[in-house]
Parts: sequence; C-alpha cells; structure tokens
Amino acid sequence: MRERTFAPSRLLIYLVVSLVAAAYLAPLVVVVLNSLRSNEEIAQASMIGWPQQWTWSNYARAWSGFCVAETCAGIRPYMLNSALVTIPATIISTLLGAIAGYAVSLWRFRGDNWIYGIVTLGLFLPQQMRLLPWTIVLRDIGLINTLTGLVLIHTIQGLSFTTLFCRNYYVAIPHELIRAARIDGAGFFRIFWRIILPLSAPILIVTVIWQFTHIWNEFLYGVTFTTGQQQPVTAALIALSAAVADIPQHGVQSAAVIIAALPTLLIYLLGGKYFVRGLTAGAVK
Amino acid sequence: MIDVVATAARPATPDWVRRLPEYLMIWVPLLLSAAHLVTFSLWTIWISFTPSTLVPVTGWVGLRNYTSVLASRNWQIAFDNLLLFGSAFVLLSLITGLLLAILLDQRIRGENVLRSIFLYPLAVSFVVTGTVWSWLLNPGIGIQKLVHDLGWTSFRFDWLVDRDMAIWTIVIAAIWQSSGFAMALFLAGLRSVDADIIKAAQIDGAGPIRIYRRVVLPTLWPITITVVVVQLQFAISAFDLVRALTNGGPGIATQLPALVVYDLMFQRSQLGRGAAAAVLMLLILLAVLLPYAAWRYLRRRRATHA
Repeated sequence: MRERTFAPSRLLIYLVVSLVAAAYLAPLVVVVLNSLRSNEEIAQASMIGWPQQWTWSNYARAWSGFCVAETCAGIRPYMLNSALVTIPATIISTLLGAIAGYAVSLWRFRGDNWIYGIVTLGLFLPQQMRLLPWTIVLRDIGLINTLTGLVLIHTIQGLSFTTLFCRNYYVAIPHELIRAARIDGAGFFRIFWRIILPLSAPILIVTVIWQFTHIWNEFLYGVTFTTGQQQPVTAALIALSAAVADIPQHGVQSAAVIIAALPTLLIYLLGGKYFVRGLTAGAVK
Repeated sequence: MIDVVATAARPATPDWVRRLPEYLMIWVPLLLSAAHLVTFSLWTIWISFTPSTLVPVTGWVGLRNYTSVLASRNWQIAFDNLLLFGSAFVLLSLITGLLLAILLDQRIRGENVLRSIFLYPLAVSFVVTGTVWSWLLNPGIGIQKLVHDLGWTSFRFDWLVDRDMAIWTIVIAAIWQSSGFAMALFLAGLRSVDADIIKAAQIDGAGPIRIYRRVVLPTLWPITITVVVVQLQFAISAFDLVRALTNGGPGIATQLPALVVYDLMFQRSQLGRGAAAAVLMLLILLAVLLPYAAWRYLRRRRATHA
C-alpha cells in the first residue's frame, strides 16, 4: 500500500540519482574513450565522442614514446619516480605513525600530550609555509632534486596524519590489556609487536590507503623540489600539457592521464570502504 | 613478590639505557615532525620580514613585504577570487552533498554502486581533474564544440576563456571532485539519527518531508560545520587544480593566493614577498580554524558538563 503511493516520487529519486551519477562518470568515460581515438580524429571532431576507429597505440606512446622537454621516454620514468617516492614514504610514515600513536595513546610518557598536539597541527599548516624552509634544508643536505628528498618530506609530513589515525584507533584498546602485559614483564616493542600490531589491520589499511593516495597525487612539492627526469607523474602531466600546447595530442594525453590516475583509482576500487573511513577520520580530527 | 625483588635486585645496565631504543623510536619521529612544523613556520615568518629576494638574507624591513603584497593587483585579484570561489564552492558542494545523501538515504537499490560513483573523484589527483576539465570546458574542443557539431551553432559555453566567468570553471571542477566528501559525511550523519525519534514522529502523523525538516536536518548542523571548515581549508590552499585547469588565466583572472605565493617565490625570486603572501594565507586559514577550534572546545565542555 505504502509502496504504491510512493511510486512516482521513487521514480523521481532514481531519475535524479542516475542523472547525477552519469554526470560524475562522464569525465572518466570521455577520457577513456579519447584514449582510444586517434589524435587526428579528436582534432576533427571534439573531445567528446565515440571512437570511429579503436586506436590502442595511444597507450604505447603515452607509456614510452612521447616527448616531455628533451627526453622522449613517455610517462614511464615519471610513473617509476612516483612509485619510488610513494611506496617507501607510505610504508615508513605508516610504521612510525603506528608506533608513535601507540606510545601516545597507550604507553603514555612525559610531555606526550604536548608533542602530540603540535604534531597534529601539521594537518592544518599550509604547504606554502614550509616551501622555503624545505628548499633550503634539502639544498643543505644535498637532497634537492632527488627522490630521496621527496620521500623524506612526505614521511615527516605524513606523520601528522598517520599518528593521528593510529592514536585515535588505539585509545579504544583497553588499558588493562597493556597493564597486564607489562606486569608480565613485556616491554614497549614486545607489546607493540605481540598485542597492538595484530589488532591494527583495519587502521593500517586505512592509513596506507590514505598516505598512498595523497603522496601519489601530490603536486606542489614535486614541482618545486624536482625538475626534469626526477619529477613525479603529477608534475610530468603538467609539463606534458605545456610541451604539446602548440600541437595538442589529445589521444596520447588522455592515455597518459588514465595511466597516471590508475594506481589510486585501483586502490579506491579495491579498498573503497577503507578509503572512505580515512576521509571521515581525517575530517573529524 | 619474588619477581619484584628479583627485578629490583638486577644489577646490569641502568633503566634508561635498556629503554633507549624505545625512547628513540618514540621521540625521534615525533620531535622531527613537531620541530619541522614549529621551526619552518617561524622561519617563513622571519623571512617575510627580511628584504630577501633571490636568496634569504638577514635584515629587517618591517611590514614592507606585506604592504607591497597587499597592494599588488595580483594579490587583490587572488583574494577576491578566493572569496568568490570559497563561498560558491562550499555552498554548492554542501547543497549537492546533502541532496545526494538524502536521496541515497531513501533505501534505494544500488546504493553502494552510486556511492562509489560519487566518491571516486576523490581518489583522483587535482592535476588529473584539472586537466580533464580543461579539455571539457575548452570551447574549441569540449562541450561547446560538441553542441555546435550537433547543430546548435549559437550555443556558447566559453567560461574557460572568459575573464569574468573563468573562476566558475574552477568551482565546477572542485565540486565534481569533492562534493562526494560532503555526501559521505552527511550520509553517515543521516544514518546515525535515532530511529525511535523518527518512528515517534511518524506515529504523530508527520510526513517524510516534515520529518526531514523538523527532526533529521537539525541534527546535521555539527556535520555541516565540519564539512564547511574542511572544504574552506581546501579552497584556501587550492593550487594544483587551478594550475592544471586555468593556470591562473586568462591573464590573471583566476589567480588564487597559493598561486601568488608560488609565483613570488619561484618565478619572480621575491622570497620575502612570497613568504609574506604565505603568512597571509595562514592568517586567512586561522580566521576559519580558530573560531572552529573554539566552537569545538565549547561543545566538548558543554557535553562533559551535561
């Protein structure tokens, strides 16, 4: 009875939701289709269209063929750079954040609240406030224009997030568990290894996904502290658009965009639940 | 008992030496993180008071860097743009997010798939978002061209190259990218509304719209404030998106504070002024965050007293 009276309005709901969903999907669909059209075909028509002739060569050229600046190695070296920055920085910052979060929430030590308070300010401090000091520090320690330098930056900055995520998760673990283990003579690392880590899988997944997505997608530090062959893929995409501004190659560029976005999109598809949890955890800080 | 005596009697290494590894593991990362935040902030603030240009130098010029940034046309346009972009983007993404959340909350089929669709742009970088939208909104190759090819040749959608409208292209792309975030928070809020209250209202004869307006939506305002603050934080430091979409153009029509900072620091080699612009950005951010922190503090105190 109730269902029937609601029917027209429910139809409207489905209509609106589908339209909005189509609008959200449209840019992705357009770029995927373009990556399968030839540059000439796009130039004759518009960016929005169905491939007349399916062209797979765009991907090969985007991956290892086209030229940015003077080098013609495609997007591959920059993808590699991004991976070499993102993977170590994600792992190190997550591990250190887990230990710090555990120390702050369950171990407690003198000054813990203070230092934790300062570290979480890092969530708010704009990158622009750190650009010049990082430039000077990286130059002094010889890491300017290196991937190691970017790893260092992302690790130290990421600690604010990873510590917060883990600390907020660990405070819910009953203190009695730790107290009992301490009475049995277990030390800091033993308790972490034996008790805390086995309980941590959910928060570690959230943290890893968060860190990976953010570091992979980061642009400002990449473009400021590295040049040429050392740049991460976000910076390379901008360089590519600038390089081909006169004679756009939209098919190849679309393929490059898809390749660059693929790692984080795949992670989102595989771990969507944890991705969303990270978003909300990051918001309610 | 015996155990305690045995531990106390153990001679060997002093306690702090035994615990050195854990002290190091706890303190080194935390201290590095805290120290870099404090010293880097103070460092940038200090540079903003020096006459530094190509390289940082000592010296004191008082507020001269600030007055010259504030007087520059670049900054004024950036600030006006920030006000417009910030308010339009936050308001529209709140509305979009709330609407989507309410619709998804109607026990509809395929909710999971739809939610994934609304959230996937958040997994994509702003560089990718900006690049893709720069194609779609480019009148020569994007939506306008498509509509022309379909036969409606007087159709105009050329905001990207229109000085007055270009800032709205950034609003569009930003909403596409992050209104899913508002939706996710609102949906979580809607789901946490006490089912008994809703049932009680239904028994009282209230219709669904009335229940939303009177019972459900009022519980959402703390979430609304959180969403506003997070989105404003993004708007204030927006850089990648603009860089990829309009690069501040046409001309300097879509300049934003973060672009001014980058331009001064790394393109014009005006380190002192760049630092001043960065500090101004921080002040704008604090104007949003400090009231928010105070509000959170008061709310928590009221909650513990009640």
